[in-house]
Amino acid sequence: MSEAEPPLIEIDRLTKRFGHFTAVDDISFEVRRGEVLGFLGPNGAGKSTTMRMLAGFMPPSAGTARICGHDVQADSVAARRMLGFLPEGAPTYPDMTVTGVLTFVARIRGYHGRDLTARLEDAIALTRLESARLQPIETLSKGFKRRVGLALALLHDPPVLVLDEPTDGLDPNQKHEARDLIRSMAQRKAIVISTHILEEVDAVCTRAIIIAAGRIVADETPTALCARHESGRLDDVFRELTTRSAARAAWERSKTLEDAA
Amino acid sequence: MRVSLIVARRELAGYFATPVASVFIVIFLVLQGTLTFNIGNFFERGQADLGAFFAFIPWVFLLLVPAVTMRLWAEERRLGTIELLLSLPIREWEAVVGKFLAAWAFCAIALALTFPIVITVNLLGSPDNGVIVSGYVGALLTAAAFLAIGAAVSALTKNQVIAFVLGVAVCFVFAVTSYPLVTDFLSRQAPVLAAVARRLAVIDRFDDFVRGVVSARDLIFFVTFIGFWLFLNTMIVEARKAD
Repeated sequence: MSEAEPPLIEIDRLTKRFGHFTAVDDISFEVRRGEVLGFLGPNGAGKSTTMRMLAGFMPPSAGTARICGHDVQADSVAARRMLGFLPEGAPTYPDMTVTGVLTFVARIRGYHGRDLTARLEDAIALTRLESARLQPIETLSKGFKRRVGLALALLHDPPVLVLDEPTDGLDPNQKHEARDLIRSMAQRKAIVISTHILEEVDAVCTRAIIIAAGRIVADETPTALCARHESGRLDDVFRELTTRSAARAAWERSKTLEDAA
Repeated sequence: MRVSLIVARRELAGYFATPVASVFIVIFLVLQGTLTFNIGNFFERGQADLGAFFAFIPWVFLLLVPAVTMRLWAEERRLGTIELLLSLPIREWEAVVGKFLAAWAFCAIALALTFPIVITVNLLGSPDNGVIVSGYVGALLTAAAFLAIGAAVSALTKNQVIAFVLGVAVCFVFAVTSYPLVTDFLSRQAPVLAAVARRLAVIDRFDDFVRGVVSARDLIFFVTFIGFWLFLNTMIVEARKAD
């Protein structure tokens, strides 16, 4: 928790281009232990792309990302040991049972015997999956599937959690539980969550970054963010920031095209 | 390698979790049995060997092996589970080897279930069992060669049907490269390639094993061939995983 500890997540001038389209445009930020960073932005703003690069799944076009000091490209296995990642849509193997897929991931993470059972029980208890243990994943509801994804990310109690829409598909009670869970872990970890649900930011995040058209347009505490608009509501701030920056990006793009012509 | 074995175990269990395993094994055994006894004239030949059995093995594999490999990467990409798998502390080659081993073990199980024919031929006469063993080794290596092709092709697409059709096509190319049709064509167009093509023919190598000849050259061929396709598979996964 000390200020002297280096940030657990360091993102430095990260950029991702798909052909001529720049999905993530030169973004930099750091996340320290104890922080819960809300990663906000409209669909297609580059949230998932950033998270995929952070998980070492997608190679960046430029820039670097480090998890606990390990470069996610050059030292990717070490970085991924420190990371719990919930991919977008919480994909899991449909023909496996909940215990089956958890055991598989635990084994790959190097657990066996009594350790493995203990990790499994912890993850199942934290995400309230007790009743679904032996059910094949394809028979589970959307909310349960999301919790399986969450359990897989938490399994090894990693210092860094990157969760892409962790509460998507959960009912209000489950959302509440998931937020409690995130809050309870916040002190010990650096957590990044992406979300569309703005109330979530107020509920769990200590800091929020809004990205639009691949660029960071705001990076401050939820309270400071709310104060940007006279209404004091995050919705209004979000709308103003993301529509304005999207318009500006479109204008800049058309301008560079004109210059090129 | 530890990680590869964990991946292989999950993958092998995956075959048996769905009807894929039973359908494949039953079709393989029925097809192989019919071909051996009806078209191969197993009894009429009056010879105590498995020539009639092994003659059809590569062709049956050609058709069925891509069905085993088509899901390996295509399904993983379609479901998005590749993002789960490759964000674990695992290297791409470990996953590639694991999946290959699972598919190979599966084919080995199917092949092992042809044991009644070995018993039959031993009851009817006194065959050279050494030749039979070398034939089985050849069959396993042929399966592995086709599996390595099929797995690499499966990483190219999210669609299992495309993975299957491409897999059959590429396996077919490497099955027939020594056939006169191909070599004559190449001799006329590009004589250098004709010599290369003749050496790349998987079926010619298999025939050596069936005759009971286990040569270092053939073994090195299979190891190199499989290694090359697994390497290609790793490159494809690295390049296309996030597409």
